[in-house]
Amino acid sequence: MSKSKGSVGRRGFLTGAAVTAAGMVGAAKGLAQQELHPAEPEAGGSVEVAGNEKPGSDFMVDVLKTLGMEYCAANPGSSFRGLQESIVNYGGNRSPEWLTCCHEESSVAMAHGYAKIEGKPMMVMAHGTVGLQHASMAVYNAYCDRVPVYIILGNILDINFRRGNAEWVHSVQDAASMVRDYIKWDDTPVSLGHFAESAVRAYKIAMTPPYEPVVIVADGVLQEEPLVEKGLRIPKLVMSAPPQGDSSAVQEAARMLVAAENPMIVAGRVARTPRGIELLVELAETLQATVKDQRLRMNFPTSHPLYGDPGQLPLSPNVSEADVILGLEVQDLWGATHQMTPLNRFGMESRPTTKNGAKIISISAVELNHKSNYQDFGRYVEADLAITGDAEATLPALIEAVRKGLTGDRRRILQERGTKIAEAGRQWRQRHRETAGVGWDASPISTARLSAELWAQIRNEDWSLVSWDRMLSSWPTRLWNFTKPYHCIGTHGGSGIGYGAPAAIGAALANKKHGRLTINIQNDGDLNYAPAVLWTAAHHKIPLLNIMHNNRAYHEERMYLQILGAKFNRGIQTSDIGTALDNPNIDYASIAKGYGLYAEGPITDPKDLAPAIRRGIQRVKSGEPVLLDVVTQPR
Amino acid sequence: MKAAILILSLLTMVASAQTKPGDTARGKTTFIQNGCYQCHGTVGQGGLAGPRLAQTRLTLSGFTAYVRNPNPGNMPPYRVKVMSDQELADVFAYLQSVPPPVPAANIPILNDGR
Repeated sequence: MSKSKGSVGRRGFLTGAAVTAAGMVGAAKGLAQQELHPAEPEAGGSVEVAGNEKPGSDFMVDVLKTLGMEYCAANPGSSFRGLQESIVNYGGNRSPEWLTCCHEESSVAMAHGYAKIEGKPMMVMAHGTVGLQHASMAVYNAYCDRVPVYIILGNILDINFRRGNAEWVHSVQDAASMVRDYIKWDDTPVSLGHFAESAVRAYKIAMTPPYEPVVIVADGVLQEEPLVEKGLRIPKLVMSAPPQGDSSAVQEAARMLVAAENPMIVAGRVARTPRGIELLVELAETLQATVKDQRLRMNFPTSHPLYGDPGQLPLSPNVSEADVILGLEVQDLWGATHQMTPLNRFGMESRPTTKNGAKIISISAVELNHKSNYQDFGRYVEADLAITGDAEATLPALIEAVRKGLTGDRRRILQERGTKIAEAGRQWRQRHRETAGVGWDASPISTARLSAELWAQIRNEDWSLVSWDRMLSSWPTRLWNFTKPYHCIGTHGGSGIGYGAPAAIGAALANKKHGRLTINIQNDGDLNYAPAVLWTAAHHKIPLLNIMHNNRAYHEERMYLQILGAKFNRGIQTSDIGTALDNPNIDYASIAKGYGLYAEGPITDPKDLAPAIRRGIQRVKSGEPVLLDVVTQPR
Repeated sequence: MKAAILILSLLTMVASAQTKPGDTARGKTTFIQNGCYQCHGTVGQGGLAGPRLAQTRLTLSGFTAYVRNPNPGNMPPYRVKVMSDQELADVFAYLQSVPPPVPAANIPILNDGR
């Protein structure tokens, strides 16, 4: 904005001795003059043109650079156009680099996937109104999955700066209120100094376990008005040490575990960092205890002799043989230790799946961030020992206490127990291999065949599976060898469908600089929510191999209807109504080609699968995103 | 309870005795149309949502008895009203007709992984 006589900067506008109607008119007039004659000098003196001034958004970019933001995923919007311009022109479109998204849900889900590979948040921008409305489900997913996402919302709080209807309908009193139930913290800064402090604070809060999304509202006027605030500084980012469990409670947990005849570890979102995997292995080996993994993070190597049989629903581990159950950041610990009457809610019954007298120990940081409205906290667990603290941060003390409690005799007993667990492991692995051969040549292609064909071609690569495999009957977990932190990134968290494709692309972006081969086994129903994220992958040259798990239905819901129909003796042939994705079949290869991807399919003959995967991997290695449409069995 | 199950099983056996031998083709159609494949796979290969049924070791009467009165917590009972004994016999025939699984030892990519 030109500093002509008639113009009023935002600082002056807010802090002037008298804010007059004339001043406002003058401000509007000055803006109009600048737009019409940007470089025309006023009579009798020089004039600073707008291009010589720094807007407030330049300072905001300085702040974001100190936080190490690599990327900013956004669908462009006028309420944050100032920040966009500064990121691109002032910041050089680096740290953060702008990622063009076609839907705000995709922006947030990309950040969700990215954070689980990179271990830090990606920035997302959106309108404080319609953009956040689009994004809200993805924010909820990240919240339930305990993943940091750094969201900046554009908004124009001051009515004097809203131009026309579009900026009125895109403005809101309290932008973050829409998602406040499922973020960890938010603020609406009213000055650039305030922005700097809150931006740094938000990062720190998001990255203190339990990790969660945060929101900062960047006022549109603050972004675009000249940077006149004096004494601006960016606070130093000082990260908090993660909260550890109480030391006496940890000692008690160790005593219970050492004394147990058959302890079992149930792992939820344990490994926040690669160190978490090492610690869980150390604890399991020290105790010689089975690890039942919910596969919500890469917690434990699947080939480890103590890895529990994944041939059951991942969220319902078989805990019936354990006398002490140690739950580490478990999602729904009550559900993991109880069984309920399935599906129908008539005569609902529940019973523990633990044996009589079994003790439950819980270690989790989630209790530090409980909220009331959304019920992601699950049913109350009558644990015998509940420790509030981050599991990964608590494990070193627990391991040390367990070691101190082990006598020579006890160690020998534990070794015998470990030998039995390892033998059971050999048996279930062989059983799963044999089971994979059932329906080997079937068409639609079995999920076991798909998983085995894929594994055969990636096992010697530096691969990263960025999709959950429960919808494939967990075949990758049953057949592959997951060892590295980026081999598994869990799932959506809030069961909000539409997470899969964008999260995979965000994760692939994080993998790109490491040269990893990213694999996404993509559910068809999920892709249909916001398929244009494929274009984002093509546009930004994000290499990944998408393999469609194209079972042509919302099968989980279809099974529910089937079960209910049978329960009530009616309509077992109508479960396709409202759940099928056929007639016509969706041509995912054509869709992907339209968005600029290399694509093949539909592949219906299992014999065609291996050559297609081979071609796909070659293209991915050349830096492209690829999609192979594979028509599959339901599960 | 045990008596009730016994009576149900006996009634099932009587009913089964009145059905014609299962028709494989018809059984496949019924298996798909009635949605059995959703949990058990189109060739009865099974998955985490439902166990393998291909080449089941159950007899027809045992299979029928289970479908009519499954373990609580697994699947709901499928009564005669929605699936007749003849349809179950057909499905049973189809499941028995599915080619036996390829032994893992004969599938190289299942043996070089982990």
